Amino acid sequence: MSDITASRFKSRMNIGDPLFKGLTFFFATLVLAVLAAIVSVLVMDSLPALQKFGPAFVWSQHWNPVKDNYGALVPLVGTIVTALIALIIGVPFSFGMAFFLTELCPHWARQPIAIAIELLAAVPSIIYGIWGLFVLVPIFQHYIEPALIATIGQIPIIGLLFQGPAIGMGVLLAGFILALMILPFVTSVMREVFSAVPAVLRESAYGLGATRWEVVWRVVLPYSRVGVVGAIMLGLGRALGETMAVTFVIGNAHRLSLSLMAPGTTISSTLANEFTEADGAIYTSSLIALGLVLFVLTFTVLAIGKKLLLRNVGKGGTA
Amino acid sequence: MIPQPETKRGIMLRKLKSLSFATALAFAPFTVHAADISGAGATFPYPVYAKWAEAYFKETGLTMNYQSIGSGGGIKQIKAKTVDFGATDAPMKPADLKTFNLIQFPTVMGAIVPVVNLDGVKPSEMVLNGHVLAEIYLGHITKWNDPAIAALNKGMVLPAIDIAVVHRSDGSGTTFNFTTYLSATNAAWDEVGVGKAVEWPAGLGGKGNEGVAALVGHMTGAIGYVEHSYAHQNHMIYTRMINKDGHAVEPSLETIQAAAANADWAHAEGNYLVLANQPGADSWPMTAATFILMQKVQDKPKTGRETEDFFIWAMDKGDDLAKDLVYVPMPDNVVSMTKALMQTLTDKNNKPLPLAGHAL
Repeated sequence: MSDITASRFKSRMNIGDPLFKGLTFFFATLVLAVLAAIVSVLVMDSLPALQKFGPAFVWSQHWNPVKDNYGALVPLVGTIVTALIALIIGVPFSFGMAFFLTELCPHWARQPIAIAIELLAAVPSIIYGIWGLFVLVPIFQHYIEPALIATIGQIPIIGLLFQGPAIGMGVLLAGFILALMILPFVTSVMREVFSAVPAVLRESAYGLGATRWEVVWRVVLPYSRVGVVGAIMLGLGRALGETMAVTFVIGNAHRLSLSLMAPGTTISSTLANEFTEADGAIYTSSLIALGLVLFVLTFTVLAIGKKLLLRNVGKGGTA
Repeated sequence: MIPQPETKRGIMLRKLKSLSFATALAFAPFTVHAADISGAGATFPYPVYAKWAEAYFKETGLTMNYQSIGSGGGIKQIKAKTVDFGATDAPMKPADLKTFNLIQFPTVMGAIVPVVNLDGVKPSEMVLNGHVLAEIYLGHITKWNDPAIAALNKGMVLPAIDIAVVHRSDGSGTTFNFTTYLSATNAAWDEVGVGKAVEWPAGLGGKGNEGVAALVGHMTGAIGYVEHSYAHQNHMIYTRMINKDGHAVEPSLETIQAAAANADWAHAEGNYLVLANQPGADSWPMTAATFILMQKVQDKPKTGRETEDFFIWAMDKGDDLAKDLVYVPMPDNVVSMTKALMQTLTDKNNKPLPLAGHAL
């Protein structure tokens, strides 16, 4: 290589390197800038509503476009309750699947099953919604809900959550569909977390004569506890923001009800239903304020989830 | 129009299509149009506007794109001038028209009908009145075999099942006209009020006529309200209603026309007129006119003229198409009033808009 080519190569590198660095820096900070822009627009546009209703906006249960009186309580409660139902149904399943795949599954079946579970994440949410509306609503209305009312519904206190009429649509079905939707996410994160448990720990436990059950409960789970919680929080974050599937099956009613079978609404489904047709400054502003509430809620949950996951990975590295 | 026998699967697929279509529209409020004229708004007159657009295209080669996103959305978009006309079922108050410098005129009249899903009940078999309907929507009547319903339906076997109340979840002129009727027939409704969206004391919400139809169709014991031609085309089980004069009537061209006969458009400022609960032995009580909104000052005179042309064509030649879909065309005096009103549109320099003259 001649001197000239070498120096030309060198000078080109001198421009290219900082250029590339600048470019990547730009894209990385762009995300932050977009996030900041979203927050500021949400805050600015929700100011009229927040000024009119004050902090009471968060715990007022009115949603009355006739009298222009709005509060976030009903959709907020709906959002949290559907997400919790999703966790209660979804997490045990995810845990079982992740556990089976990492500990018990024969090697040849591991990959096909894992891929099948992850493919669930590729199903668009509107498909879940339509499937819920056309297939699950009749099943819930005629079989599952009457059965729940006749059994759990008769128990004092807990029974209050399962009072009729069985209409199929409602918070319970929305939670059930959300459980299916978060399943692939929670399962694959849990699998990662379980695989991160050092083999030497497991082997030592087996070496000491522990049964499989004991290895699971005494070694793997305590070691990966934080990561499991992180996986659950990620699932929760997804369940909180899901829109289309929920809108189809929750019944879209702005009412608080103790029964899980009653129709309700979530923040995102309220936005999907009403945003395009909200005329009037306070109405629109209240919807944006709802969006802000959801943003804060989801952001907090996801931040906690990420933090726990990172801690677990760090711990795995040093062990 | 010959009603064709449809398989259950066919109906379901079509509902599914319209359902997802409506959802897609809800998320596309700022679509770019390649059409000559674009409008958005009420879902109630959507079938007839679509038919008119199709026939108008055949005759003139001009396209009209109408998005049925709901009356609230139509008002929002015409205020923002993102469309050439807005459509609403809830007329805008004369004061608001002045504030936003809009004109308003009615295009067709139609009916809102209650639809039910009860095993063995056929269309037009059940009879309801406004008072009972309001009690159901207030959540005071919760079972189908309630004495108040039984009293109106002597001889009918009513099941002892819960009533699943279905209303619109989106802001809608259909809801405006429906709640207007409920408040006119039942004083207890005043605590809920009248509007395009209200704080419903009972029931669950579906988005659009399609959403309500899907919910009612899938839940035994459900009751909902939809636009009449939608119910008609989808062979839904509608009920008869007892009108102001105490007669049980069916929704039809004749009963809608009867309700419209008393309407005094000449004295309605800004064409603000609600046709709920009209007197007359044959009047369908839930009759409603649907309205078009246009900017008084047209920034784009060419499309302004073409929009005028379209509606004048529709009023002159669209009557039969409207009747096919069970909408009632406006009477001649209203048509000439509307034509006169269009003469008041101007361009930015305050010059009146001449008509473009397509198809006239």
